[in-house]
Amino acid sequence: MDLLYLTIEEASRRLASREISSVELTKAALQRADEVDDTICSFITRTPELALEQAADADRRLAEGDAGSLTGIPVALKDVLSTARIRTTCGSRILEDLVPLYDAFVVRRLQEAGAVLVGKTNCDEFAMGSSTENSAFFPTRNPWDTDRVPGGSSGGSATAVAAGEATFALGSDTGGSIRQPAALSGVVGMKPTYGRVSRYGLVAFASSLDQIGPFTLSVTDCATVLQAISGHDERDATSVSIDVPDFKAELEAGVRGLKVGVPREYFPEDMEPAVREAVATAINVLVAEGVAVDWEVSLPSTPYALATYYIIAPSEASANLARYDGVKYGYSYQDGDSMWENMEQTRGRGFGTEVKRRIMLGTYALSSGYYDAYYLKAQQVRTLIRAEFDEAFKSYDVLIAPTTPTTAFPIGAKTDDPYAMYLNDVCTLPVNIAGLPGISVPCGLVDGLPVGLQIIGKPFDEATVLRVARAYERAAGLGILRPPLRAAA
Amino acid sequence: MSLTLDEVRHIASLARLALSHEEAEKLREQLSGILDHFDLLRELDTSGVEPTAHSLPLTNVMREDNTSESLSVDRVLANAPRVEGEYLRVRAVFD
Repeated sequence: MDLLYLTIEEASRRLASREISSVELTKAALQRADEVDDTICSFITRTPELALEQAADADRRLAEGDAGSLTGIPVALKDVLSTARIRTTCGSRILEDLVPLYDAFVVRRLQEAGAVLVGKTNCDEFAMGSSTENSAFFPTRNPWDTDRVPGGSSGGSATAVAAGEATFALGSDTGGSIRQPAALSGVVGMKPTYGRVSRYGLVAFASSLDQIGPFTLSVTDCATVLQAISGHDERDATSVSIDVPDFKAELEAGVRGLKVGVPREYFPEDMEPAVREAVATAINVLVAEGVAVDWEVSLPSTPYALATYYIIAPSEASANLARYDGVKYGYSYQDGDSMWENMEQTRGRGFGTEVKRRIMLGTYALSSGYYDAYYLKAQQVRTLIRAEFDEAFKSYDVLIAPTTPTTAFPIGAKTDDPYAMYLNDVCTLPVNIAGLPGISVPCGLVDGLPVGLQIIGKPFDEATVLRVARAYERAAGLGILRPPLRAAA
Repeated sequence: MSLTLDEVRHIASLARLALSHEEAEKLREQLSGILDHFDLLRELDTSGVEPTAHSLPLTNVMREDNTSESLSVDRVLANAPRVEGEYLRVRAVFD
C-alpha cells in the first residue's frame, strides 16, 4: 500500500478506521526522506526518533478515541519556528547550535492536535530570500527539476510536502515566502491575514509583515491546518482576539455568484507568456463554475509595492536582528580587544551576505537624515496600497492573480543580482504590505514545472479564499501533482 | 543615488557589522543600485497621507498585570557563550 502523498483528509480517515497506523504512515515518510533528501535537501535537522515516539503516542490516542484534527500526521516545520529541545537555526551560522527553551505557539497547537514532527526544514537565512539559496548550510532543490530552485524562503517546507517527505508543513511568509515556494514546487500554500496566527516563537524577520501558514497537498488540508493554528494568543499582542470561523463550513459551497477581480498590474509585460496563459485558463475554470470576473481591475500603486517592501522589511529586520550580539546566545567571537570588536566580528562572521545586505539597507533607511525620504515615505505608500485593496474589496469578493511571474529558475541564476531576486516576489508582497490573506494553488505545469494561482481575500476572510481555491481545485481536477524527482544532469 | 565607501563604513558601524574591504566595496555598489530603484517612490504624492506601521486596526493592547511562571536563570543562561555565576560575561564596555 502506497502511504506517500496521502492527504491529511485521507490519512485521517484511514487512521480512524485503523486501516493504517501512525507508525506506518510516519515510517513511510521517514523512509522517503532517507531515499530522496540527499538530493532534495528539504531538512536541516531530521527528528526520526522523536517522530516514531510521537507516532506511537498518536496510535494510543487513536485507539482510545481521543484523536485531534492532526493526530498521527507527519509534519515538517520551517527552521524559524522555535522548538524546545530541538535545534532551531533559521538557516544561519549565528544560530547553528541554538536549542530553544520553548515551543512556538503553533508548535504547541500542533502537539495538542497530535501531529508527528519529522524535522526542521531548510530556508533562506532568517527567511530573507526567494530561492532557499541563502541558507548558510546548503540550497534546497526543486523536486520537479533538481537543477532549479524550489522558491523561498520556506523552500524546504514546500519541497518536504512536494517530495512526499511530510504530509504537511508550516512556513512563514513575509513577502511571499509561503506562496512563492508553494507555486514553484507544486503544492498549496497559504499566508493567513496578519494577526490570524500568533507569531510567538517565530523568529522575527519583519514584525509587521511576518505570518505563519500551512503547506499542504490539498485545499481541504490547508483549511484543517489553518483551523489548528489560528486564534488569539496573549503572548503576541498583534494576534487578534476575534472568533475563528469553521474554515470547512463553506468549503464545498461553490462559487456561483461570487465576484472576482483580476488586477492587471499583476500581469507585467515581462512575465512568462505560458504562466500568463495558465493563470487565465484557471480563472476561466472559475468562470465556468459561476463566478463573475472583471478582468480590468486596476490597483495603480502596485508598481510601487516592491520598493515599499524593500524599505519596510529591511528596516524592521535591522532592528529585529540587533539582538544577535554574541552575548546571550548563538555564535560568539571572543578574540577581539573590546566588547564592540567582539560584537562586530560576531555579526560580521555569523551573518551571511543577504542578511548583511538587508541589515545595511534597513539601517540606512532608518538613519538620521534619510528616515523621512525612505522609511516614512514607504509607510505612507503602504497606506495607499492598503486603501486601494480596501476599495477593490467593495466590489469583489476575492482578487485573483499569478503567484509568480515565472516558473522555477535555475540554481545560481539570480544570486549575483539582488534586485533580480527581489522581483520574484512582485505578485506576493503587496498582500503582506496590506496584511491580507492569500493562497497559492497549483494550476498546472509549464514545461514540466508547476504554476501557482494566487487568490487574495479581505482581511480575516480566509473562509472565502479557501472556498474559491477549493472550487477551482475540484473543477480543474488536476489531483495531487507528483514530481518525477528528476536527477541532476 | 551613489553611496561612498565612507557612508558604507558609517552604516556598518551603526549596525555593528564588521565588513571586509571587499564586502564593503560590493555593498557600496549593490546598495547604490537598490537605492536607485527606491527613487521610484518620489513620483507618488504622499503629502497629507498618514503612515501605516501595521495593517491592523489596533492601538494599545492591554492585559491584567499578573505574575506568571517564567524561565529559570539556569535555563536562560544555558545558551550563553560566557557566564559567571548568574551573570552574562562580556569584555569591558568602557576603557
